[in-house]
Amino acid sequence: MTDTTTSPTTGLRFPSMSVLGPIVALLVLLAIGAMMNANFLSAANITNVLARSAFIGIIAVGMTFVITAGGLDLSVGSMAAFIAGLMILVMNAALPSMGIGIPIILLGMVTAIVAGLLAGLLNGFLITTLGIEAFIVTLGSMGIYRSLVTWLADGGTLSLDFGLRSFYRPVYFDGILGVSWPIIVFFLVVIIGEIIMSRSAYGRHCAATGSNEHVAHYSNVNVKRTRLISYAALGILVGVATIMYVPRLGSASASTGVLWELEAIAAVIIGGTVLKGGFGRVWGTVIGVLILSLIGNILNLTDFVSPYLNGAIQGVIIILAVILQRERKAVS
Amino acid sequence: MTQPPVLALNNVSKSFGPIEVLHNIDLALQAGSVHALIGENGAGKSTTMKILAGYQPPSAGQVRLDKQIVTFGSLQDGEAAGIVMIHQEFNLAEQLTVEQNIFLGRELKRGLLLDKSEMRRLTRDYLSRVACDVSPDALVSSLSNSEKQMVEIAKALSREARVLIMDEPTAVLTNRETEVLFEQVAALRDAGTAILLTSHKLDEVAAHSDQVTIMRDGAVVHAGPTAAMTEDEMAIAMVGRDVSALYPAKPDVPVDAPVVLKVEGLSVPGFAENVSFELRQGEILGIGGLIGSGRTEVMEGLAALRPASAARVTLFDREVRFKRPGDAQQAGLCYLTEDRKLRGLLLERGMRENLTLANLHKFGGMLINRAAEEAALTAAIAEFDIRTGTRGVKVGNMSGGNQQKLLLAKVMLSEPRVLIVDEPTRGIDIGTKQQIYAFLRNLADAGHAIIVITSEMPELIGLADRVLVMRSGRISGALEDSDINEGAIVRLSMGLPAEQTPEMA
Repeated sequence: MTDTTTSPTTGLRFPSMSVLGPIVALLVLLAIGAMMNANFLSAANITNVLARSAFIGIIAVGMTFVITAGGLDLSVGSMAAFIAGLMILVMNAALPSMGIGIPIILLGMVTAIVAGLLAGLLNGFLITTLGIEAFIVTLGSMGIYRSLVTWLADGGTLSLDFGLRSFYRPVYFDGILGVSWPIIVFFLVVIIGEIIMSRSAYGRHCAATGSNEHVAHYSNVNVKRTRLISYAALGILVGVATIMYVPRLGSASASTGVLWELEAIAAVIIGGTVLKGGFGRVWGTVIGVLILSLIGNILNLTDFVSPYLNGAIQGVIIILAVILQRERKAVS
Repeated sequence: MTQPPVLALNNVSKSFGPIEVLHNIDLALQAGSVHALIGENGAGKSTTMKILAGYQPPSAGQVRLDKQIVTFGSLQDGEAAGIVMIHQEFNLAEQLTVEQNIFLGRELKRGLLLDKSEMRRLTRDYLSRVACDVSPDALVSSLSNSEKQMVEIAKALSREARVLIMDEPTAVLTNRETEVLFEQVAALRDAGTAILLTSHKLDEVAAHSDQVTIMRDGAVVHAGPTAAMTEDEMAIAMVGRDVSALYPAKPDVPVDAPVVLKVEGLSVPGFAENVSFELRQGEILGIGGLIGSGRTEVMEGLAALRPASAARVTLFDREVRFKRPGDAQQAGLCYLTEDRKLRGLLLERGMRENLTLANLHKFGGMLINRAAEEAALTAAIAEFDIRTGTRGVKVGNMSGGNQQKLLLAKVMLSEPRVLIVDEPTRGIDIGTKQQIYAFLRNLADAGHAIIVITSEMPELIGLADRVLVMRSGRISGALEDSDINEGAIVRLSMGLPAEQTPEMA
């Protein structure tokens, strides 16, 4: 160290780089997109990007809570595939007795949510009660669900009955006032998630648990229950995302939901949530999801860079986001 | 002593920031001699040992090796000069074998490959010299504490240590293991090694050391041959300090004041057994004893912060059985942790979130009422005189004193009627200490009952109406009124009777 060390920055420094960073990145992407292609800002394209973001987005909101509380869930992509397969099997099996109609759709939805809840509770139980590391548990359950859906589909594809599929389609393709249902549900999940994270005791308990579980314990926070709830909520949200996803293709196979877990985790981190826990923000996660979707969208709309480089650019963005987080720590 | 010392500190001082923790220390280690360094917790023993071993440089004064002034740039320099320090918590890689540990970082090679046969031969040789009967291929994780201690000593031998420094080598050993250790220490001494060790057990010091240096408040208060002192004289030299007007006056707690907390047969597995005591309204009960005597664990067990069992706990005339810390909080019993940085406060967060974390239910139902939180913070800042530049400061950037005040404010939000504070003034300045003492006394005067756990003797004596001393997980004695003095507390925590032995009187 030399004598010319810079004095730490003092005084008012808001909004900080960690707040501005993701927003600026999103605006830059929007500007680039608008310059490259006139159709980029059209209602059709924006709706398309949002609808495609919705599945990952709904899951990523749940992942924000899990990561904030100091956990991780690698199993969500496989879990979504498994739930989709289960949902299709249940609905097909109930078709002869129930016929096509609202009740059978509701049965499918309840199946998805209950399956998601149970899967989340199982992850949470193994992690909190048995004290096995989250990475190990969810790596294991990731393999289990992926294998189960492959087995249920007998290596092929599980397809929803054709008539049922036509009836169910509007859940993905229709909406209110031109806004499709996945976008509406995504929006609601985000609003509720943001309020819980920033304004409720549970959100505080998540941040305290992830920040320092000893302090949380000594502050009478039920650390295990806080974590368990985060996994269960994530499971439910995977179920919700699956409800939106199934009518899109009407099928599930071994390749359904592949890498969703990593996309969700990446969105959470780009949004400014700290990977080791202790600090999370749902609105940031939304921006992270949008950034990842927009990169793909822009590459598809323009021929400036090959769309095959989508993954590379996403990778750079993820690493950049983490470097910015580190700088935030170094400054303070 | 006629022969020159192997390793010596001459007029050494050490400062951390603006605070000087060691003042003009002189210490000389002779070859073929066992030197004991004793003093209370925080007297400066650890820092002195670290300077001797080359872990830390002195701020002023010299370290002399064979009369030459030396400056150790690093721990390796110290080891190269033949100075080896064995830490209280062993510095061994658990998953490696004994042989791999002994040669860790200085493996013997033949060409590009390891010379395993030579290393094994030497390991056997070192182990036999310390009469340690373990295989060179045994995993360190499979060894007992005394065997690990012996492996550490064998490692010191392999480095041809001329000076061996041991920090509380017997703290984790059983009586039998301690005997074996001291046999080996004697053998090393006879072979010409200079040995420095610390211990809180004065009987060991008296029995096994040749020289003794006693430290208090960062200065040497006595140095001389061990044989010239009794254990009681050592205890007196370790303490013996006037308690100033730092402490508020003690009102006499009426003898008929109601008992608010009665604990019978409280056991915390691994830490404490069968602890019973009573706490009366308006009283400050001090808990003394050495670090590791189970003081903290007993109180954490009582507050359900760790697993514990009790025959019977009566709080405000109702039998209680806390399953979770929240139960204790609801019943009006709160524990304030000794470790404000790791257990008390979220250092990355602001004051508001820390203040209300344990009591969020008092700030709104579904949603947190931030305005109410801000109001509570304003009140806490005023009541506890918390001084920070801005309200939004991260708690980790606040001074220790202000952190402690915030922690106190946090626990007081729970409105405890029985408050247990653990090391309430550790590492904070004297002005803040005085404020905290005054606050605790006012709280007691207002009818609360308070338990103070502390390692600081003056604090125990100055603040407590009554003192319990713990040793090895049990209450070794209780002191009241004029019987509360440093000598008695030290003797009880060292396992001696509270009264001085007759020949001393």
